Amino acid sequence: MTLAAELGNRVIALIRYLGELSLFALSILPILFRKPLFFGLIIRQIRDIGIYSFPLVAISSFAIGIVLSMHSIHLLKQFGAVHYVAAAVGLSVVKELGPVLTALMVAGRSGSGISAELGSMRVTRQIDALQVLAVNPMKYLVVTRIVACMIAVPLLTAFADLLGITGGLLMGITRGGISPSLYLDITFEFVEMIDLVPGLLKAAFFGMLIGIVSTYGGFTASGGTTGVGTATTRTVVVTSLMIFISDVFLSQTFIVLLGG
Amino acid sequence: MRGGGNGQEPIVQIEGVTKAFGNNEVLRGVNLTLYPGETLVLLGGSGSGKSVLLGILIGLLQAGGGRVMLSDMEVTAFRTEEEWKAIWRSVGFLFQGAALFDSMSVRDNIAFPLEIHTDLSRAAIDDKVSRLLAMVGLGDIQQKMPSELSGGMQKRVALARTIALEPRIVLYDEPTTGLDPITSDTIAELIRELQKRLGITSLVVTHDIRLAFRVADRVSMLYQGKIVITGPLEEIRNHQDPRVREFLYG
Repeated sequence: MTLAAELGNRVIALIRYLGELSLFALSILPILFRKPLFFGLIIRQIRDIGIYSFPLVAISSFAIGIVLSMHSIHLLKQFGAVHYVAAAVGLSVVKELGPVLTALMVAGRSGSGISAELGSMRVTRQIDALQVLAVNPMKYLVVTRIVACMIAVPLLTAFADLLGITGGLLMGITRGGISPSLYLDITFEFVEMIDLVPGLLKAAFFGMLIGIVSTYGGFTASGGTTGVGTATTRTVVVTSLMIFISDVFLSQTFIVLLGG
Repeated sequence: MRGGGNGQEPIVQIEGVTKAFGNNEVLRGVNLTLYPGETLVLLGGSGSGKSVLLGILIGLLQAGGGRVMLSDMEVTAFRTEEEWKAIWRSVGFLFQGAALFDSMSVRDNIAFPLEIHTDLSRAAIDDKVSRLLAMVGLGDIQQKMPSELSGGMQKRVALARTIALEPRIVLYDEPTTGLDPITSDTIAELIRELQKRLGITSLVVTHDIRLAFRVADRVSMLYQGKIVITGPLEEIRNHQDPRVREFLYG
């Protein structure tokens, strides 16, 4: 097969995948608010996503806060404005790094887990068993996980914001020689409540993406355990790319709407 | 009940059902009738379309053509999930691999349909779960996870879950596949027991001749997508059709 033909086949496969993913997402809309709503299951999913992803989110956001602060201090010292590291770290974390990093961690940890779990349920016919027990599998397995992701990712993002700023604060004190009170004063001067809104809204959107892609991956898994593995890998790759691509558009939208 | 009908109205009527996957014609006009209270065994080799027929009966697959009447409802005309719900609550389905929810304990697996579809209290559900487990010959294993159970025990737990909502009809998909002969006999006894005690109508899909002889009131045989013979057990045993004889006696 020529390179062009191979490329063409891959593009067609991608378009087909995206089309089927979109139809899957649209099929959720009519049952979104249909009873029963399975609140208990949603709470359990939020708890699971939180427990599995929190350590990763905490460590990575804290580390990113430290690294970001290190680089900013090095640069700002040259201009005699080292205390503005608090603004740089605070705004970067809250607007961009917090939601994106959190979403990537949740996609890698919980998204893959959801895909593997549902994929395993598919190949062992547990999803068919739900159906013949008169329980809508889309409602019970898919909607609950998407809603849980849409709630859990913003909650984890709030923690990530806090820990990223704390990492920056640590470096600001030890490397920048800034007092803790000055660091926090500058953070709160530049990072206002309104600045949290775009980040948290983006986080909810990323949560929805993670939920849809991971449940779709599991639901359509076929071919035994190999199929489950393929679905899981694809979920992480597709979700990560979608997070980055949608982040560009969402950031631009919020800049236009909120002015920065 | 041994023998079919006795003047009763059929509870399941399958007329000219077809199904193809691409160019592969799996069912080529299947006709089958099931009467209340009887156990009909559908025999056939691997890949003969037995499980596909069950899938059509329970709404997991759509028929390509033909008609299926189930409890006076034409299920092949159903288009929405709401229409199927009444059927799913009155027809149980035992999956070949048990299909227990592996994230739930035995108790939660059996309690699941009761919690979703009834207003029973937790105590009443616990009581019913215990009775169902006793009925399938299992003791105090409520807190065990499915992965801790043997294949036979998993089948029995799945059977307890299948009959939790007291269905009128139970469809068994290869209930003894992968089980040793003694455990298979236990499953056969359970199928008979459920028929006697609860009056359940059963359609058992299998290639296990030993099981067929133990539970069947009538036997049908699916061959190359069509029913080639249906009749009482004794009639099938002595049938001269070479396809039947080859399947039964090798």
